[in-house]
Amino acid sequence: MKLLIKNGRVIDPASKTDETLDILIENGQIAAIDSRIDIKDAEIVDASRLVVAPGFIDMHVHLREPGQEYKEDIASGSLAAARGGFTSICCMPNTRPPNDNSGITEYLLTEAKKRAVVNIFPIAAITRGLAGEELTDMADLSQAGAVAFSDDGQPLSNSLVMRRALEYSLLLDKLIIDHCEDKNLSAGGAMHEGEISIRLGLPGIPAAAEEIMIARDLILAESTRSRIHIAHISTKGGIELVRLAKKKGINITAEVTPHHLILSDEYLVNYDPNFKVNPPLRSQEHRQALIEGLKDGTIDTIATDHAPHAPEEKEVEFDQAPFGLIGLETAVSLMLDRFVHKNIISLEKLIHLMSFQPAQLLKLKNKGRIAIGADADLTILNLRKEVVVDVNKFASKSRNCPFHGWKLRGSVAMTIVGGKIVYRA
Amino acid sequence: MNPETSLEFRHYHLLGIEDLEASEIMTILDTAESMAEISRRDIKKVPTLRGKTVVNLFFEPSTRTRSSFELAAKRLSADIVNFSLPTSSVVKGETLKDTVRNLEAMAIDALVVRHASSGVPHFIASFCQSHVINAGDGTHEHPTQALLDAYTIRQYKKRIKGLKVVIVGDILHSRVARSNLFLLRKLGAEVVLCGPPTLLPPEFSKMGAKIEYNLEKALIGADVIMMLRIQRERQKANFFPSIREYRHLYCLTPERLKLAKKEAIIMHPGPINRGIEIDSSLADSVQSVILKQVENGVAIRMAVLYLLLGGKERETAD
Repeated sequence: MKLLIKNGRVIDPASKTDETLDILIENGQIAAIDSRIDIKDAEIVDASRLVVAPGFIDMHVHLREPGQEYKEDIASGSLAAARGGFTSICCMPNTRPPNDNSGITEYLLTEAKKRAVVNIFPIAAITRGLAGEELTDMADLSQAGAVAFSDDGQPLSNSLVMRRALEYSLLLDKLIIDHCEDKNLSAGGAMHEGEISIRLGLPGIPAAAEEIMIARDLILAESTRSRIHIAHISTKGGIELVRLAKKKGINITAEVTPHHLILSDEYLVNYDPNFKVNPPLRSQEHRQALIEGLKDGTIDTIATDHAPHAPEEKEVEFDQAPFGLIGLETAVSLMLDRFVHKNIISLEKLIHLMSFQPAQLLKLKNKGRIAIGADADLTILNLRKEVVVDVNKFASKSRNCPFHGWKLRGSVAMTIVGGKIVYRA
Repeated sequence: MNPETSLEFRHYHLLGIEDLEASEIMTILDTAESMAEISRRDIKKVPTLRGKTVVNLFFEPSTRTRSSFELAAKRLSADIVNFSLPTSSVVKGETLKDTVRNLEAMAIDALVVRHASSGVPHFIASFCQSHVINAGDGTHEHPTQALLDAYTIRQYKKRIKGLKVVIVGDILHSRVARSNLFLLRKLGAEVVLCGPPTLLPPEFSKMGAKIEYNLEKALIGADVIMMLRIQRERQKANFFPSIREYRHLYCLTPERLKLAKKEAIIMHPGPINRGIEIDSSLADSVQSVILKQVENGVAIRMAVLYLLLGGKERETAD
């Protein structure tokens, strides 16, 4: 089966391409790229007035399978990803049971083959049971298909365990991803600590809870000469630390979520639990620092931290609601509307952040670029089309999205995974 | 009763002082004046809210506020049902939303809500048709307490504007402090907050308060001293090293009281920890208006119920 994508504006940051080209896909791979390809036996996709980008990769997703399939599962999560323009997603290990042994990793990959429409890359736990004490069989997990390691949601508080994990990761050349949070400082917190939390009488999570752990991690990454990736960075101090570490040559990278870039703690004044997320939506000052970090390269990638929760779990007292919001189906439109169309970052930069960079960080071969021989994972964008976010149309099983009703310019027109059209607007 | 007063009050719910205009606060205080008169009668009842049903929905133990609302409703001839849940409904398996919907199915007119979580009245108001009255939510607001405090201050000082009000204690966790701060600033008083830095974050200064860690300095020239209850559990979370040290630094004693104005009044929202935040003799002294606060609470709650439930249907302004 051949697929020919005609007349699209092809943007590939890896080769610095930005021109109108035809792309021929054969056997799940890109077979030819040229200004004009004419082949009779191919299905044709007219991409004129559309942007063709290498498939977007979300390296921070909670699929909730196994264990909490009422929130999300591999099938629904992958459909949500396809609808949101993601061709690959990485699923975090805090499932029930957690992905801390190769059996779970293999299960995820086997099920993904059967039920997922996008590529699923499991991230395995750093420690057994996410307990923060003993390392998992990292080589075994790596062999089974884990692309990275993280105790996301249960941050590693023991610095010695983190040191050992970073050292051991050198053997595997796999990324260690840390959710940076000093649990003692954040204990009981429900939102960012600041003027608004004080006014609302809600217990705060101070910026220091994140900053202290980022500082620790970069020091350990330097002393162990290993790689560390900071998940969902949210603080000004965190950005400053990562920027400084990069200047010193420390192998540190960071991701940011669209919601931390766009929302702030002011949105919490009505106590709507859909805005309750961890790390919390910070104040404007922090948000501005994140945008600066995005512009100057301190931030390496955009990830959604897609965290589905059932309505009955979210529609409760604010302090009892679980943290998290879903992001797969809004991320691209949000970034196009709020950043590209407002000229804060270029379209090429966005594609770099959402496709090329995550592929590099995770060492995903043949992904994140448009080149002959690369996997035919493509995200096709319609920059002009306006969409109104409607959670009732989501493919995700959950509805905990704070952007419901937002009108956004720029949307996903088509998602192609391995040469197959998995979503068409 | 003066029906014209309701013109200045256009809210469907009473969720917090922060949402109110100064004129609306004055309306409540003025309405409470006429309500107080009812409680002084031999037959303490008027038919104003006959046929209305009020539910006291209390998820936290409370005697004072719950009885005060109950008496207020009864004096206005409303029917009142007490619905007290020792713990959050989440624990017993029913969500708060379901609990409220079940109560609403029984055709009620108002819900008086007390809950340990901040924002619960706002959450309930987001989906329910009844009038919601916040009777204290977590560490957020306790609007009727601030209103009765303002009423009491006005009773003794004849004004609120320009007074120096010192609020002492666990400011961080106090809904009484927040509601009083909002109200007193709206009416033009000077508010000094006093307590250990662990319980008095600097962000309060952005809300119009002056911050003073030293009680002696705070008390100089005070017209009103409002002492807050300190909970012993806070010590375990290291907000202060010991009750002994807290008392040493922040207990209102006769010596310290001398620093305030001679005619200063002493207030406390109760329940009092005698000998911890306030010297026992001061709690019963002529300067103490603590029982007057309790008395005025009924009139204030009558006024709030009347303004929300009485008279013609109002537009939803919330």
